Amino acid sequence: MKPTDVSDPQYYHRVVDCQWACPAHTNVPEYIRLIAQGRYTESYLLNRESNVFPGILGRTCDRPCEPACRRGRIEAKPVAICRLKRVASDYRGDITGQLPTAPEQRNGKRIALIGCGPASLTVANDLAPLGYELTIFDKLGETGGLMRTNIPKFRLPPRVLDEEIDVILDMGVDLRLGHEITSLEAFLDEHDYDAVFIGSGAPKGKDLDIPGRQEAEPFIEIGITWLESVAFGHVTEIEGRVLIIGVGNTAMDCCRTSKRLGATDIKVMGRRGRRHFKASPWELEDAEEELIEIVENHSPKEFVLENGKLKGMTFAVHEWVTGEDGKERQEPVGEVFLPADRVILAIGQEAAFPWVERDIGIEFDEWGMLRVDKTTFMTTRAGVFVGGDAAWGPENIIWAVEHGHQAAISIHQYCRGLPIEERPPVGLNLISQKMGLAQWSYSNYYDFGLRAKMEHVDLSTRFESLDIEVEKGFDLEQTLEEVERCLNCDIQTHFTDHLCIECDACLDICPVHCLTITHNAEEAELRLQVPAPATNLDQPLFASGELPQTRRIMVKDEDLCIHCGLCAERCPTAAWDMRKFEFLQPYAGRSIEPVEELTHV
Amino acid sequence: MSSITKPLIVTRKLERNALGLTRLDYEGEMSTLCAGCGHDAITAGIVQAFFDLALPPHRAVKLSGIGCSSKTTAYLVSQGHGLNAVHGRMPAVASGANAANRSLTYVGISGDGDSLSIGLGQLCHAIRRNVNMLYVLENNGVYGLTKGQFSASTDVGSKSKRGASNQEGPIDPVLLALSLGATFVARGFSGDKEQLVPLLMAGLQHQGFAFVDVLSPCVTFNDHEGSTKSYTFIRKSRQEAAGFVPYQAEIATQYGAGSVQPITMHDGTVLYLRKIDEDYDPTDRAGAFSYVSERQAKGEIVTGLLHIKQDGGDMHDRERTVATPLRDLSFDELCPGTAGLDRLMDEYL
Repeated sequence: MKPTDVSDPQYYHRVVDCQWACPAHTNVPEYIRLIAQGRYTESYLLNRESNVFPGILGRTCDRPCEPACRRGRIEAKPVAICRLKRVASDYRGDITGQLPTAPEQRNGKRIALIGCGPASLTVANDLAPLGYELTIFDKLGETGGLMRTNIPKFRLPPRVLDEEIDVILDMGVDLRLGHEITSLEAFLDEHDYDAVFIGSGAPKGKDLDIPGRQEAEPFIEIGITWLESVAFGHVTEIEGRVLIIGVGNTAMDCCRTSKRLGATDIKVMGRRGRRHFKASPWELEDAEEELIEIVENHSPKEFVLENGKLKGMTFAVHEWVTGEDGKERQEPVGEVFLPADRVILAIGQEAAFPWVERDIGIEFDEWGMLRVDKTTFMTTRAGVFVGGDAAWGPENIIWAVEHGHQAAISIHQYCRGLPIEERPPVGLNLISQKMGLAQWSYSNYYDFGLRAKMEHVDLSTRFESLDIEVEKGFDLEQTLEEVERCLNCDIQTHFTDHLCIECDACLDICPVHCLTITHNAEEAELRLQVPAPATNLDQPLFASGELPQTRRIMVKDEDLCIHCGLCAERCPTAAWDMRKFEFLQPYAGRSIEPVEELTHV
Repeated sequence: MSSITKPLIVTRKLERNALGLTRLDYEGEMSTLCAGCGHDAITAGIVQAFFDLALPPHRAVKLSGIGCSSKTTAYLVSQGHGLNAVHGRMPAVASGANAANRSLTYVGISGDGDSLSIGLGQLCHAIRRNVNMLYVLENNGVYGLTKGQFSASTDVGSKSKRGASNQEGPIDPVLLALSLGATFVARGFSGDKEQLVPLLMAGLQHQGFAFVDVLSPCVTFNDHEGSTKSYTFIRKSRQEAAGFVPYQAEIATQYGAGSVQPITMHDGTVLYLRKIDEDYDPTDRAGAFSYVSERQAKGEIVTGLLHIKQDGGDMHDRERTVATPLRDLSFDELCPGTAGLDRLMDEYL
């Protein structure tokens, strides 16, 4: 195996599982440490650097970071990363004066942003400080896009949305609400923008084409459209028995909203077994806490009507059996009729572009989606960029934010006449955390505390109004316990091979047996040499260069390392050191600034 | 010293032995020795040997004297019994404890000061008695606890940290043990657990006094240029005499049949020795003595299982003592009674 090149920013980046999993690469361990120090404002601002909407995401993020969290591999549950983000937002102080501002002298470039969701807003956030003149168009009368229309108020209070969106708009963004663009061709002809960004989302709910669909139309709602009507107060009640078709996160929002609007009996119908459900586990749990029934293995067959009125639906019931080939097959076991007064379809959504002409130089793919470059986010028409759900279909807010950052970089290049394929480089800082003999700048002890439980408003009171936020947020005591659960994966075990005297001290002290000194071999073989074999192939193996005394090499399995620093404390020659890794990401107009030359790596 | 105690994290990956225990179950308190001390590696080696042999930790007896090495009994097998004896007097205490209860596993840990200076006589007689125990001499050639004076095992010409050169000839623990007729003599190196752990395992299985001299560099006072007990010097001068094949499966494939010598231990298990030197026979005491001395004259340090004698008969065999631990004997069995005492008195009168 070749010696690991830790000067490649991506090596240590991958060790920080949460940051690696986050589409926007939020510096999670650092913001958790700032919270631990009571520096909520700094923590919030650090979050804002990468994810722009800490308050919103601290409540609604899909949290790709949490399943990735190393803590989940050590014990059962990951650190409550997402809700700690909310802590930073809840407890932060005044941030005015610490936010980016737009220069008085504009740069003369005009950019149109279509849609006022997280993707467009991120582009605006990145470009406004560079002097761009930005205009955001949205067909709806309010800002936020699907964040406002599809996420119910009991999960995301409007004041949080307004606060974080206004910060961006206040940098002099021209906002045109209630302005629907029906023809991109006309729009492009009419205005002379230097670049256009399409962040129009995926606002079209999928329909269910089964018998009785047309006749039952008055009794059927499309989930995301219905949620939008609720969000704007056009719908204030839903009565009787409600069936929700689909088990994604939209279905969870629909069923919980129904509960608050007066429905008496709510069932969420899933076509497959629970482990295949698209909804996040915590959203399923939150719905079940509200006594909503979630049904598995029922495929909708027919809408049943009587005298023009919906009676209910029939479902094919099936089981999933594992065949001899190891593949799961669906086996019908019968049919069932479930009575219902209303049905809400929450079986997915898609982007739709009836307003983009097919002959204006913008190519479409076979599914009717825009052809978008994965790196530059530009369409086949120069100067027209896309991001968020509009680019490749429904993802989530944090992906939309990252798309926005990348598109902003492209737009900035494009407007300066520079090649957009040329991306600014990423980098790293790596700084020793040694403060004294066996003393580190971070809390290195492994804390055995269990994941803090988010407290919810009582079931008896939470249904009184649609805008009572269910989650209370962590109190200070919970916060202090939860921050200690973070393993500080960004404080890297950094090894300098020529200093090692092969005394074995690090191997012996390692609580998770992840180190070994052995003769070099192929990676697969080295993985078996580690005392606790490195069987998790998703996690990298570190290999040093040859050690001076025996020409063997140091091997580390990154999988279960708890970053306690004991290897470095036991090292007599400081061959092991604990160094804080900072992943440096460029943003539009801001290249990375490493604090020191890494000559010692 | 470390800033934190080692957290006891049991992940699903941790290996379990025949008793269902993990290595963590054989560990002890956090070491307070210097970072990088060879003794800590030996501690880890003993932990590994206990784990691999699946010895019940609560039936271990850890005995030591005074010195850095003697502190280490606290750092392993925390469920075992332990006693820190007076300086150099551990062998006597071990003999007594073993006499009273032969059913436990005895491990004595000592250093070159404790065993070769103040306790030299004690060690010699424990070897002569062939007390059934593993005796580990953690040999760093320096008095580390008192800041780096030469010890009885410092080689002539070896330099102290401040540059002074040692003039007095050393006591070589291996040659000493061989000359006293020890039934198990081995030398290991703290920086090579691949060799050390099998040696310790063999020592634990040996019926009798298993003497293991382990070269263990003192990182603080004796790991510099000019020292003959530094990591670099030992690695340069070390020769393996008889290696050890821990897994039977490897024998046929990895080594030729002639180069492996099987030795059946007292409990029936078989040790497989991989001989580096074809002519070396570890059962030949005189041969071992001359081999080690010849190599020593050439400036080489011989390691491995150097001598083993299987039919030595340990202290209990020679004294024909009762097999049952004394604490399990009833008062009637222990006390001969008036009539019995009278009969005994008659024999002498």
